[in-house]
Amino acid sequence: MALKRKSKQFKWHRKHLLGLRELSAEEITYILDTAEGFEQISTRSVKKAPPLRGKVVVNLFFEDSTRTRNSFALAANRLSADIIEFTKKTSSVSKGESLLDTARNLEALGIDIVVVRHNAGGAPKFLSRNINACVVNAGDGFCEHPTQGLLDTYTIRKIKGSLEGLKIAIVGDIAHSRVARSDMWAMTKLGAEVIFVGPPTLMPPQVRQLPVKVSYSLDEVIEKVDVINMLRIQFERLGGNPFPSIREYSHYFGLTVERMKRAKSDILVMHPGPINRGLEIESEVADGRNSVILEQVTNGLAVRMAVMFLVNQAAAQQK
Amino acid sequence: MSSELLIKNGRVIDPANNIDEKCDVLIIDEKIAEVGKVEKPVQTVIDAAGKLVAPGLIDIHVHFREPGDEEEETIASGSAAAVAAGFTSVVCMPNTNPVIQNETDVEYIHRKGRQTRKTHVYTMGAITKGLQGVELAEMGFMAEAGAVGFTDDGRGVQDASVMLRALKYAGMFDVVVAQHCQAENFTGNGVMNSGYYSTILGLPGIDPLAEEMILWRDIQLIKKAEVRYHAQHISTAGSVELIRAAKKDSLPITCEVTPHHLLLTEQCCAEYDTNYKVNPPLRAEKDVEALKQAIAEGLIDALATDHAPHLQSEKELEFLTAPFGIASLECALGLYVKALIEPGVLDWPGLIRLMAERPAKIIGVDKGTLGKGKQADVTIIDPNAEYEIDVNTFRSKSRNCPYHGWKVKGKVETTIVGGEIRFESESRY
Repeated sequence: MALKRKSKQFKWHRKHLLGLRELSAEEITYILDTAEGFEQISTRSVKKAPPLRGKVVVNLFFEDSTRTRNSFALAANRLSADIIEFTKKTSSVSKGESLLDTARNLEALGIDIVVVRHNAGGAPKFLSRNINACVVNAGDGFCEHPTQGLLDTYTIRKIKGSLEGLKIAIVGDIAHSRVARSDMWAMTKLGAEVIFVGPPTLMPPQVRQLPVKVSYSLDEVIEKVDVINMLRIQFERLGGNPFPSIREYSHYFGLTVERMKRAKSDILVMHPGPINRGLEIESEVADGRNSVILEQVTNGLAVRMAVMFLVNQAAAQQK
Repeated sequence: MSSELLIKNGRVIDPANNIDEKCDVLIIDEKIAEVGKVEKPVQTVIDAAGKLVAPGLIDIHVHFREPGDEEEETIASGSAAAVAAGFTSVVCMPNTNPVIQNETDVEYIHRKGRQTRKTHVYTMGAITKGLQGVELAEMGFMAEAGAVGFTDDGRGVQDASVMLRALKYAGMFDVVVAQHCQAENFTGNGVMNSGYYSTILGLPGIDPLAEEMILWRDIQLIKKAEVRYHAQHISTAGSVELIRAAKKDSLPITCEVTPHHLLLTEQCCAEYDTNYKVNPPLRAEKDVEALKQAIAEGLIDALATDHAPHLQSEKELEFLTAPFGIASLECALGLYVKALIEPGVLDWPGLIRLMAERPAKIIGVDKGTLGKGKQADVTIIDPNAEYEIDVNTFRSKSRNCPYHGWKVKGKVETTIVGGEIRFESESRY
């Protein structure tokens, strides 16, 4: 396999991917470079490579997910791993088994990589301290979603060449968004300027202490940015009534055809999916020529292959 | 025949009587017989040279989990931990299972305490039935049975009219009404202080205002009642300001501070270690500084641990799900020394005042001093002994203590309860 390496002397040493906050710019770049090498596997007629042959990956999902789970499953398949699906509904979690007991039981079955999604921030870190397998965070509460942050960054880098100096708006429910946090860490570390856009009721506490700019007006921001990432309004996470109505939210923060007329002609429109058409983004924009929403999905596969490949390699070297 | 016990040559500190001098303390039977130079020969002599001799320490805020959660702690295990830590009296909180809410419940706690023969075990009763914040519990009967106060601790009384009713009604009895100040509708499902750290850790936060708005409300309510009010475990700079103003208005208000709110900050939660999950949550550095400043100014009336034992299996959960609480009873003195004496916030008499004299006043018991004729509760402390906190040596059943491995100064040598030696440290021999 021809892996294209920009940073040759660099050595990856982490057996877990828990979040992007703790990664250096060099580490993030290394993952993206590794993902580039994996991208072409999906274009071959035989879409499979052997690096994880004989390894077992468990998809440990305590929250609903379709695309992330399938993306990880397919990525594991492409690397020739065996994969176990574990979801909250089919497990004994509903019988009161703790996360730790569940993980220890899975480990007793001899797994190598745990891909975990959980509603509690820090759950992957907690697991990594208590089991021997590699842990890959597939989203924890509203803390981080590192592979999403990586695939967003990958997508931008692939099209724009570099993140250095780019202005990137992330719009919507920042307070409850792990994607916003992971994007922020990755993109700012690679030299972009990130602007969080949304109503004050959807900003997290002490947002001004984060390495971002904050704006309550999409209209003020739309002309300036090179990339706009529209977060999904997560109705299941919204507490109370952070905006008066969907109509009013869309009026101020929806990415409409009208607003797009004022944007740069080469602006990248992103969305982590699944999209609420007509709410945070109008259909014509989501499907329009600036949209890279489906490229994000494709790139996610390469990024997740790279992540599983790297953590497994680090674990093997530590043995 | 009467029993006699003489503590010789210690530095006797009795803030209530303005005593801080090298002398002797004579105990005859259960009482303090004399403080001064005692030359007469007695049966038992404790040489306290180089040690501090203080009125027995009092912790007015502990959770001993009995009845209901005896796997976490019992009155026996908690009491053993208490005397080893120099506490001759403790006050249990009523949020057990079942809740302590009638005279039989109160008597049960007292009986278990007596049977254990370690520390004096007092209890507060619930303000409202089942801690539901709706109907008043039988405060009168509980007061007659010896409950030293009332609280719904673990949560606060949310409804202002219920709280006013409780404050007014309790005014009939000589008791204190204590409040865990926290507005639940503002706290939501928060698990740590709301701020930068909750944001980057992706955890729901608890805003300092949740504490301050209930404290502010209660300060207004006590103006309409005639009762002593005690704010439990205050944790924010804003609460300090409210207490300062209320005391300036001479309102009958007291408050307490825990060791963790003096030593730890929200930053401690950065690794999701659930031993730092506590309610009220660990706050910011400026809050810690404000609490210390308040102690230096004399605004804080008591130091209390809020000893909240939990099983390891409960704390081995995600930060979001693990229960709140820190178990610190057994290392409390060393923690206060580190937080207050070492940085010069308090001297030893000042510390003893907040650990014995003032707590006794808050709960209205005739203790906390070495005055002649008082019950002989005495704690002998080696102020210079340094040791490493090791949770595995705890007499308490629980290990949810974030101070494991800390080096602290100030060790309890001997604990005397009602004239009886109930604890002696091994280093005395």
